[in-house]
Amino acid sequence: MERSIRGAVAIAGIGETTYYKRGQSPDPEFVLGLKAILAACADAGIDPRELDGFASYSNDRNSPDRLAAALGIRELKFSNMVWGGGGGGGSGAVANAAAAIAAGYADCVVVFRALAQGQFGRFGQSQFQGVVAGEAALWAPYGVLSAAQMFAMRTTRLLHEHGVPRETLRAVALASYHHAQQNPRAVMRGRPLDVEGYERSRWITEPFKLFDCCLENDGAAALVLVPAERARDLAQKPVYLLAAAQGSEYRAGAGCHNNPDYATASFKQSAPRLYAMAKLGPQDVDVVQSYENFTGGVVMSLIEHGFCSYESAGEVLRLDNLIAPKGGLPLNTSGGNLAECYMHGLELNVEAVRQIRGSSCNQVPGAEVALVSSGPMVSNATSMIAGAESLL
Amino acid sequence: MSAPVLPAGLPRPIPHPDGLDRPYWEAALRHELVAQRCRDCRRWQWAPEWLCHRCHSFALDFETPPGPARVFSWQRVWHPVHPALAQGVPYVVLLVEHPEADAIRMIGNLAGDPRREVAIGARVRPVFEDHPEASPPFALVQWQLAD
Repeated sequence: MERSIRGAVAIAGIGETTYYKRGQSPDPEFVLGLKAILAACADAGIDPRELDGFASYSNDRNSPDRLAAALGIRELKFSNMVWGGGGGGGSGAVANAAAAIAAGYADCVVVFRALAQGQFGRFGQSQFQGVVAGEAALWAPYGVLSAAQMFAMRTTRLLHEHGVPRETLRAVALASYHHAQQNPRAVMRGRPLDVEGYERSRWITEPFKLFDCCLENDGAAALVLVPAERARDLAQKPVYLLAAAQGSEYRAGAGCHNNPDYATASFKQSAPRLYAMAKLGPQDVDVVQSYENFTGGVVMSLIEHGFCSYESAGEVLRLDNLIAPKGGLPLNTSGGNLAECYMHGLELNVEAVRQIRGSSCNQVPGAEVALVSSGPMVSNATSMIAGAESLL
Repeated sequence: MSAPVLPAGLPRPIPHPDGLDRPYWEAALRHELVAQRCRDCRRWQWAPEWLCHRCHSFALDFETPPGPARVFSWQRVWHPVHPALAQGVPYVVLLVEHPEADAIRMIGNLAGDPRREVAIGARVRPVFEDHPEASPPFALVQWQLAD
């Protein structure tokens, strides 16, 4: 028997809160999570009490036992967390929810992420105090304290080892800002960015300028998954999970930046598995949502998923080619982590669903296949492919 | 001894209570740079771990890596993300490789002018930054351009 998730499970509902600048949410994080989950259920046309499973990632603070009690869930059958990798767990959480449904552990699983950086502290500022021990003692005392600082040197190696032009980073940033201008949910709507604005911006840490870095926000997002056959009777056009894969290359988690292949997003081994399961190749993908912690990681992700090579990156990753509706490789069509909201990447999975439904603010005409890659340069990074009924 | 590269107030390293990295921090106090080497297969690894990832021996020693160290990658930090760094930017973080010790890598700061040009492949040598006033005292391994 072929083991595959392809076509077995559908994403039936999507939900998001208002997206806020960090610290501006009137609601605490738990309330944001509840609101996104309720919105996803309403979108699907499902009674929230029917939920019987929760999947999340990055040690989300809002535990399924509390959520299930608060929502009056009849029976909690599945509770799941992706280990490690920060935002790398986004598509992995969707994969785990789908696996639980396919295996018969649960029937209606919600994938969610709630994050209030105003309430719980900024990702872009260090809270380190006093003494530090263990692996972190090998970098924190040297002022390596933020995510940008942890990933900048990988990007420098990408540019150095592979001769990828720096302008590809800029094109990724401009594409997200371009798409955000049409997106009423986007925090950066009304704040367009052009080449000059990007180049004029300050260094965060070389090689990252301000606009190479993700935002810090408050909000929540959720997706409701059900068995494929059930989705056909629900409120929305079903979007099917065609494949998912976790990526963590040989010794990717080796301490103090000792992973042997350093300039990698962690998809080199997993992307071929992803495509094999989907029975598709990069040429079949209509729209890409690629997690932007930092633009350099997006460039790596796109290369490792086969959308261009190191050699062709400069030619393929140009702004006009990355924007909907006319570009050949429409990228981050909601504005993503850079310009819509840093919803820890789950807003990208939501946007992929919108594209297949045909309801994006930056719709790619006739989009039937969407790829999402989550959390480049971490261990584990994850990616997924979603598609329309015509793909089954 | 070299002057501190970064202002006071950043996290201070202590050996992990489980003992895994204690020889590294004790050597730094003696102004010696050491890394883990397997007593059985004689290969190097970093960061420290309880097990040799190649031969699965638990017999790991700490020795000084041979040969020159080189800049593998680098970043110049301009945005202070910690209150202690408000007046401490820019500074340069180096990812230093030991090509003759199985290409293990270590992180440290570039000692000296933080605005000078840094080249991948440049030879560097360790310098030791003492913090005798700290409780407990510690020393950081920093790096100077060698050429």
